[in-house]
Amino acid sequence: MLDLLHDVIFDYTLRNVALGSALLGIVGGVLGSFAVLRRQGLLGDALAHTALPGICLAFMLTGLRTPLVLMAGAAITGWIGTLIIIKVVQDTRISEDSALGIVLSVFFGIGIVLLTYIQQSNNANQAGLDRYLFGQAATLVQSHVITMAVLGGAALLCVALLFKEFKLLSFDPEFAASIGFPVGKLNVLLTSLIVIAVVIGLQTVGVVLMAAMLVGPAAAARQWTNRLSVMLGLAALFGAAAGVSGAMISVTASRLPTGPMVILCMTAIVIVSLLFAPERGLVWDAVRQRSSRRRILQGGPG
Amino acid sequence: MNAEQTILLTGVFAASSCALVGSFLVLRKMAMMADAISHAILPGLVLAYFLANGPNLVFGVLGASLAGLTTVFLVEGLQRTGRVKSDAAIGIVFPALFALGTFMISRYFANVHLDADAVLFGEIAFAPFDRLIVAGVDYGSQPMIVLGAITVLNLALILFFYKELKVATFDPGLAAAIGFSPVMLHYGLMTAVSMTTVGAFSAVGAILVVALMIVPAATAYLLTDRLALMIGLSVGSGVVSAVSGYYLAVLIDVSISGMMTVTAGALFGLAALFSPSHGLVARAIRRSKLRERFAADLLVMHLSHHRTAAETFDSLAAELNWSPSWLERVVNRSTQEDTIQVESEAVRLTDNGRLAADRIAASLEPAR
Repeated sequence: MLDLLHDVIFDYTLRNVALGSALLGIVGGVLGSFAVLRRQGLLGDALAHTALPGICLAFMLTGLRTPLVLMAGAAITGWIGTLIIIKVVQDTRISEDSALGIVLSVFFGIGIVLLTYIQQSNNANQAGLDRYLFGQAATLVQSHVITMAVLGGAALLCVALLFKEFKLLSFDPEFAASIGFPVGKLNVLLTSLIVIAVVIGLQTVGVVLMAAMLVGPAAAARQWTNRLSVMLGLAALFGAAAGVSGAMISVTASRLPTGPMVILCMTAIVIVSLLFAPERGLVWDAVRQRSSRRRILQGGPG
Repeated sequence: MNAEQTILLTGVFAASSCALVGSFLVLRKMAMMADAISHAILPGLVLAYFLANGPNLVFGVLGASLAGLTTVFLVEGLQRTGRVKSDAAIGIVFPALFALGTFMISRYFANVHLDADAVLFGEIAFAPFDRLIVAGVDYGSQPMIVLGAITVLNLALILFFYKELKVATFDPGLAAAIGFSPVMLHYGLMTAVSMTTVGAFSAVGAILVVALMIVPAATAYLLTDRLALMIGLSVGSGVVSAVSGYYLAVLIDVSISGMMTVTAGALFGLAALFSPSHGLVARAIRRSKLRERFAADLLVMHLSHHRTAAETFDSLAAELNWSPSWLERVVNRSTQEDTIQVESEAVRLTDNGRLAADRIAASLEPAR
């Protein structure tokens, strides 16, 4: 244990992995909280899948594998995907869940077509694009972490500055509109920030499981508190804990992909929170029910 | 049967079986449940692989169906606790199960041919080489036969329970009241979705199964209001995407299943834009016609209220706050309808226009 701690601080790879996944957990936790409160948990899933063609296109156009370039591509197609979802839901009879499913699967299909196109064009530099599917935290280097920190820091700064606005938007959008908040613009901004969180996570947890990094920490944190500010803090903490522990397991035990390990750690946190959180925990629910049933049956003081 | 025919037929069967159940998923707003199931069957497959000591058709189908139903059960159970909403429940359950599956694979089966990439993408090009051999007799391509059987099964299910499914989909309360069990139908449908997913994903992969289930059905939903026609159209557009996707993929040498999804997406895009009943273009045209109609009525009413003073183009534009070009368009339309006439810059109602104004006013009166 102490050895691992020593390595995290002094070993170059481990330090980057720990920092990278902690960053992802914090940013994903905070922005995911808003997504979950607005019942848009699955938007993150769709956005993550729309990133795949963006990554491929960015690589095809520039020939570079620099994370910043690929992230930019991912963000652009993520954006286009979001716009299509909004347009389809607003202006056709297609419901939101179908729109999410359509955009998610069609963009992913385009991504696979592009991926196979890149592979058959036999570009020696292409190796490694498919690591964005499941994430490979071990390949994080310092410059990636710095990129992630800058992007994530900017997103968190936005949330800090617009905390009041985002809070109102999440709980009572009609009231927000009635007192003159630019609800449409705030909506677009919040969704764009979620795109950033997704993009940060691509290299660590990958496209397929990114949804859980947005939903999991937020859903777990929600069980412990009724205050938004506390929930954001807890979600960041849970996200970081799952990110770091999952990444560490994946890096130290060979051949375990990072994404699934992070998600399994996240799931454990969610289960514990659902069962044992004070007040909302399901276990306390059962205990309360039992004792009140006994009281009623015994006809004691109620 | 040569390899190309086998692949094509496999694709056609995959598209048809998916489109049959997909129509109900789209109508019941459960598209993302299909996404969840398609990911979550991975641990079921791994378990089946483990129990059968290798790839085994029967174990695979059973294991994956079980995993699919477990997903539905977990998502709905989580929702029922009231602690998380439905979207979050899906977002927690399927990544957890998929992660569990990939973990099991990389931990215990790292050296065998069962990897998560194959689950995600599938490879329909291998369909001709995967033979169904029972007691030494080669019956043909296994994915093709399995998908053909699932297509027949789904078709039978829908034909047999058509009325029940229809009522339960559009009016679950009525369905329960007249004695169909919506819960049974729901789980029956989910079983069909799970089995179809298992059958189709070895050919097209987990995520593209979602595409074949949702996209053609959504395309059909934009084209018709009749359930039977919608099911037919979704199978039709699924088959068209499968066949055209295959030829396009061969042409530019890329993933066949990926290309099938892209063509399905293109068909959806065409329907969303140009569907005569629900397309964006038709909608925009309808809106602009309605806007013009409303403006013409407004002009007639306005003139009938200002009968004393003669209105000019300038005064009308100012009072109605209309741009000159829009005013001209509305005036032209109204002149054609013979409700107004223009004499040396002055705009007046005709007799016909006064009648029209009365009619509009009467229609605005609250009913007595």
